[in-house]
Amino acid sequence: MTQRIVVLGATSKIAQEIARLAAADRKELLLVGRRPERLAAVAGDLVARGAATVDCVSTDLSDIASHPALVDEVLAKMPNFDTVLLAYGTLSEQARAEDSAEYALSELTTNFTSAVSLLTRLSTVLMQRRTGCIVVITSVAGDRARRSNYIYGTAKGALALFTQGLRTKLLSAGVRVLTIKPGPVATPMTANLPGSRKFANPEAVARTIYREIEHGNSDILYVPHYWRWVMMAIRHIPESIAKKLKF
Amino acid sequence: MATHRDVYRPSWADELGRFDDADAPVLAIGLGRSYGDSCLNDGGYLIDITAMDHVMSFDAASGRIRCAAGVSLATILRVAVPQGWFLPVTPGTKFVTIAGAISNDVHGKNHHCAGTIGCHVTQFELLRSNGTRLICSPEQNPDWYAATIGGLGLTGVIVWVEIQLKKILSSKIAVDTITFRSLNEFLHITRESEQAGFDYTVAWIDCFSGRDVRGIFYCGKHADTGELVAKGANGTGPKVPFAFPEFVLNRGTIKAFNTVYYALKAGKKRTQYVDYDPFFYPLDAVREWNLIYGRRGLMQYQCLVPEAASETFQEILRAISDSGEGSFLGVIKKFGNVTSPGMMSFPRPGLTLALDFPFRGERTLRLLDHLDRIVLNVQGALYPAKDARMSRSMFEVSYPNLERFRAFVDPHLSSGFWRRVQVEDER
Repeated sequence: MTQRIVVLGATSKIAQEIARLAAADRKELLLVGRRPERLAAVAGDLVARGAATVDCVSTDLSDIASHPALVDEVLAKMPNFDTVLLAYGTLSEQARAEDSAEYALSELTTNFTSAVSLLTRLSTVLMQRRTGCIVVITSVAGDRARRSNYIYGTAKGALALFTQGLRTKLLSAGVRVLTIKPGPVATPMTANLPGSRKFANPEAVARTIYREIEHGNSDILYVPHYWRWVMMAIRHIPESIAKKLKF
Repeated sequence: MATHRDVYRPSWADELGRFDDADAPVLAIGLGRSYGDSCLNDGGYLIDITAMDHVMSFDAASGRIRCAAGVSLATILRVAVPQGWFLPVTPGTKFVTIAGAISNDVHGKNHHCAGTIGCHVTQFELLRSNGTRLICSPEQNPDWYAATIGGLGLTGVIVWVEIQLKKILSSKIAVDTITFRSLNEFLHITRESEQAGFDYTVAWIDCFSGRDVRGIFYCGKHADTGELVAKGANGTGPKVPFAFPEFVLNRGTIKAFNTVYYALKAGKKRTQYVDYDPFFYPLDAVREWNLIYGRRGLMQYQCLVPEAASETFQEILRAISDSGEGSFLGVIKKFGNVTSPGMMSFPRPGLTLALDFPFRGERTLRLLDHLDRIVLNVQGALYPAKDARMSRSMFEVSYPNLERFRAFVDPHLSSGFWRRVQVEDER
C-alpha cells in the first residue's frame, strides 16, 4: 500500500491516469515535470478528484546536473514519500538518431541515464527507511532491439536491466522495485505512429498498473498482459533470423 | 463513409490557438455520440478535444465545477457524486464531453423542471479562429453565450466550461413504474407525477400496439437517504462483438421485443430504489450497442410537437405502422416551459418523441420525410444532434433564430450538418 507518491514525469498520460486512481483513494502526490502550467492543470485535476494533497516541482528531468537540488526539493516538499513512479520518457525518432550521435545520446540521457541518476538518489532514501516502492515504466521495446526503434529500445532495455539490478539490491531492505513493460498505448507520445488508434487504452493500462502497485507482488508487469507471451516469442527468435526482420 | 483530412488532438489548453490559416473547414468534436453529421467534417479538419480532460476546479461547498472541454459527464459524476452533487441535467449517455453537451444544449428526463444543460452553465471560454478568447456568461458576452449554447460547435472552440451542479442526498433514485394505454393516460400520469414532485419523467412506448399508444412510464427522484457512491458502467462492460446481420432486427423481432418488454415491466408498481447509472444510462452498460443494427446502422428521429397538437402523435405512430418500419426503442417525454438561454436550443414546451429505426435506405428516408411533413404542420421541430437527413427548409422553419445565429458562426468552422442544411432542398 502506498500513501505518498512522487511522480516523475507527471504530465505523461499514463502517469496522469495512475495519479487519478491514487487521487480517488485520497493519496498524497508530488508531481514533477517540465512545464509549470501543465503541472498546475494536472494538480488541479487531481485535487478535484480527491487527492489528499498535491504539490508540484517543475524541472527538466533530463538535466542530470540539477538532480541533487531536485532530490532536496522533493525531500523538502514530501519528506515521507513512500513510492516513486518514474513515468517520463520520449519516443526517439529512429532515423534522426542514426544520423546524429548527439541526438542519440540525448535520447539515452532522457530515457536511461537521467533515470539511473534519479533512481539511485531516491532509492538511497527509501533504503535507509527500509520501506517503500519504486515503479518504473519501461517498454516492451526494451525486450529486443528492432530495426525501427532500437535507440528507444536500447534505452528502455537498459532501464529495465537497471531496475532488475536495483531490485536485487533493495530486496533485503524491504523496498519493492516494480518494472512495468507496457505494449503500445494510445497516448500523445504515440499519436503519430501508424495504427495508434488501436493501441491499448491508457486508462485500462493505468488500472492494471495501479492494482499491481497496491495489491500485487510481481516484479515485472507486462500491460496489457498478453505482451508477456508476445515478447517471450519475440525474444526467442534466433538472432540469425531476427537480424533480417524489418519491423 | 465520412473522411476528414486530419485530426488534431490537443491535451492542454496551451496547445489550442488561432486556426484562421486552415485551408479547409475545422470542427471541434468530443466523444462523437451525436447520431448524425453534426460531429463529422468531411474534407475538413477535426480538433478532437477528448484528451483535454482535466477537471480544473470543484468546490464541494457550492457545487460549482469547472472542466476543460473534453471532460466527460462520466468523470463529473465520478468526482461530484461522492460529495453529494449531481449533474443538473443529463442526457441518456454519460459518455459525452461537457463541451459537446453544451454545443447540443442537451436535455434529460428532468426537462420539465430543470430545462436544458444550458440553463446551468455559469460561464465558459470560447476560442475564435482568429485567436480571440471570450469568457461567456449570462453577464459577460451574453450574445456569444446564447449563440454557443446549442450552437453545434460552430461559434468557436469551447476551451473550458463551468456549470452549477445539483445537490443530492443519495446516489439512489426512487423510481415508480406505471403502465399506460393511451396518450391521454400518458399526459395524465405526467401531470400527476410532476405535481407529486418527481424530478425525472420519461416513457417508453410500444410502436406496435395498434390504434392507441401503450407504454411504460418511469418517474424518479433522488432518494432522500442512502449512500453517495459513483458507480456504474465505466466503459469496460460487455461489448457487442460485431455488426449483427440485418435480418436480426426485423419487424417481427422488434415487435416481439416490444411485447416482451411491456409484459415484463407491466407488473411493477411499487417504488424501487435503483442506482442512478441504470436509471439514466441503461445503454452505457453495453459497449457499441449500435452494432445490433447491422452494418447500415440506425437512424434516430427525435421530433417535438406542441402539446396542443398531441393528437399528432397518433398520426406519427400510424404513419410508422403503415410504413411497415419498426422502431426498436420509442421514447416519449413532455418538455416543460423552462427556457434555455441558447438561441438554437431544440427543446420547447410540448411533447418529444425519439425513435430508432434500423436503416433500410430509401424506405427509411421516405418514412422520415413523411414524418417531417406531419411535424412541420404543427410547427414542431427536429433535434440536430440526432439528425442526419432533415432538409434545409425543415431546419429553417423550425429554428426561428437561425438568421440571428448565422452572425456568430465562425468563418473557419463548419460541419457535415451545417453544410447540409445550407444546400437547396432536393426532395
